[in-house]
Amino acid sequence: MDNRVTGALRSLGQQVTGRIWRLGYASRFFLAVLMHSGTSLRRLHLTIREIYFTGVLSLIIILVSGMFVGMVLGLQGYDTLQRYGSTEALGVLVSLSLVRELGPVVAALLFASRAGSAITAEIGMMKATEQLSAMEMMAVDPIARVVAPRFWGGVISMPLLAALFSAMGIFGGYLVGVQLIGVDEGSFWSQMQASVDFREDILNGVIKSFVFGIIVSWVAVFEGYDAEPTAEGVSGATTRTVVTSSLAILAADFILTAFMFTGT
Amino acid sequence: MKIPRGKVVAVMGSSGCGKTTTLRLIGGQLKPTSGEVRVGGQIVHELDSGGLYNLRRRMGMLFQFGALFTDMSVYDNIAFQMREHTDLPESLIRDLVMMKLHAVGLRGAHGLMPAELSGGMARRVALARAIALDPMLIMYDEPFAGLDPISLSIVGELIRKLNDALGASSIVVTHDVQESLKIVDYVYFVSEGKIVAEGTAEDMKHSEVPYVHQFVWGEADGPVPFQYPSRPYGEELMESVGHRG
Amino acid sequence: MSRTTLDLWVGFFVAVGLGALLFLALKVGNMASTSSGDTYAIQAKFDNIGGLKVRGAVKSAGVVVGRVTDIQFDAEAYQAVVTIRIDARYRFPRDTFATINTSGLLGEQYIGLEVGGDMAMLKEGDKIKKTQSAVVLEKLISQFMFDKAATDEGKK
Repeated sequence: MDNRVTGALRSLGQQVTGRIWRLGYASRFFLAVLMHSGTSLRRLHLTIREIYFTGVLSLIIILVSGMFVGMVLGLQGYDTLQRYGSTEALGVLVSLSLVRELGPVVAALLFASRAGSAITAEIGMMKATEQLSAMEMMAVDPIARVVAPRFWGGVISMPLLAALFSAMGIFGGYLVGVQLIGVDEGSFWSQMQASVDFREDILNGVIKSFVFGIIVSWVAVFEGYDAEPTAEGVSGATTRTVVTSSLAILAADFILTAFMFTGT
Repeated sequence: MKIPRGKVVAVMGSSGCGKTTTLRLIGGQLKPTSGEVRVGGQIVHELDSGGLYNLRRRMGMLFQFGALFTDMSVYDNIAFQMREHTDLPESLIRDLVMMKLHAVGLRGAHGLMPAELSGGMARRVALARAIALDPMLIMYDEPFAGLDPISLSIVGELIRKLNDALGASSIVVTHDVQESLKIVDYVYFVSEGKIVAEGTAEDMKHSEVPYVHQFVWGEADGPVPFQYPSRPYGEELMESVGHRG
Repeated sequence: MSRTTLDLWVGFFVAVGLGALLFLALKVGNMASTSSGDTYAIQAKFDNIGGLKVRGAVKSAGVVVGRVTDIQFDAEAYQAVVTIRIDARYRFPRDTFATINTSGLLGEQYIGLEVGGDMAMLKEGDKIKKTQSAVVLEKLISQFMFDKAATDEGKK
């Protein structure tokens, strides 16, 4: 009995120290990526290629989901606002919830599962098939040549995708609210413009999505680079990328929101 | 262990005896816990990263399964090092790439992606990539693994020919005895991290060292036992009977 | 996928993304209205500001002419001191009357400016003297109930 308790405690302690060790390693890796970013900026086509794979290929899922989220917001918002007789505030409700929260967060979650997992799988497979080792033996640093362009591609794509998500969502809300239900078009737009502030709401939303872009890209490249070089290792790392970055996005969102949108 | 210039040296031994580790030590990807590794007079593990990278430019390595970059065509794979390390104009790179591909007989395959190649072709492309910068030392990690007999002898012959053409030194890590004994000048036998025998290919065929004999002639039992170390079988059987009783 | 079409796609993606940002800034947000031109600050004291918030609208004749930039509590007069910034294009007489209104029954609260007849105009740092506090709905209801009870009492 006593043995079992100490055993459980020991394994718990080992898990905790293991996590902290890994976090330290991940941070060191993050610094290494930043230090080796020169190549990806000097040879821009490497980064452009990654923007294609992470950004352009995520366009469809981002646009379609943004549209649907906006349409749902339009329907639900109308239903709620109708009870208070203020349906003309529908534009405010749709745009504020998208620009402040749903745009950055949902786009980042979709981005993590669409592009983040792909980055992890790609780097993990390159490691498993010794492509990274081969590159090292050819005197080319894989962090500069493979990891950093993918990281920056993700960081650049994320705010653009979040902005597209929000814009598409507002358009979806407009379609449902104005075209389908018949909320007055003028008050839909003018009330929206009167209550959405550029700096407070939109810029903060962009900052959020930028931070999320860093988080997702960091987790994705780290998990790929750190993956066990086997098929199971890579698939495990891909799953961990989606889980870890989703949790990190939501936690970071809470912290950022607490800083940005309180006190006024 | 010495690898003289201009020779092809084989390092043989059964799986897991530290052959690949040897190559990684030479390439500077691992640091030795004791002893030292010298390449061209420089001690590898004491170089800083700049020196190590300079040294690696003069090495070529063929990985176990080729390790071609899957997101690039055959052409780009071979051009990779030239583009990374030199400012050569694209037309010159093209000529060089075609020359290397011609040397391995795959000039026609330059537009294919690695996924479209057979195992033997991929190995030859990887070989062309390893010699892209005319290295002074070429390392082969299991160049014969998983090849059919025809590809096997093609790769074997290429290793010999390219080494002589470049005037380089080659290290072949392998457990394919018959093929490698045909092409190498000198052989080291490694077992459990130690050199147990060395000599020319002919010496090895007639070696009296029991481990080498077992390895060369492929006998199932010998100094390397068939059974994984365990307690006598009878003892374990009795014990399980005892438990049931 | 050759390099040129790839570049084309990335260029398209970046352009569309920046376009979406621009759409958010101009069409959804109020960058066009707040960043255009200068403003001047004036102060007004209210007994009760109700639910007025920083960034609330300042309207005159129903048109947004400025925004609330600061709300403080004056510990001596026990009043709320509201700082508002008004678009420099619009000038108001010194005896302008500031009220706190509600858009709709439960909507957002804003400051309404009712123009007086003074020849002198308000300028940076001036104070509005005549103000009317927010109408607190609960007070209004209890007052109404009390009055009704009182009149009912009287009838008996």
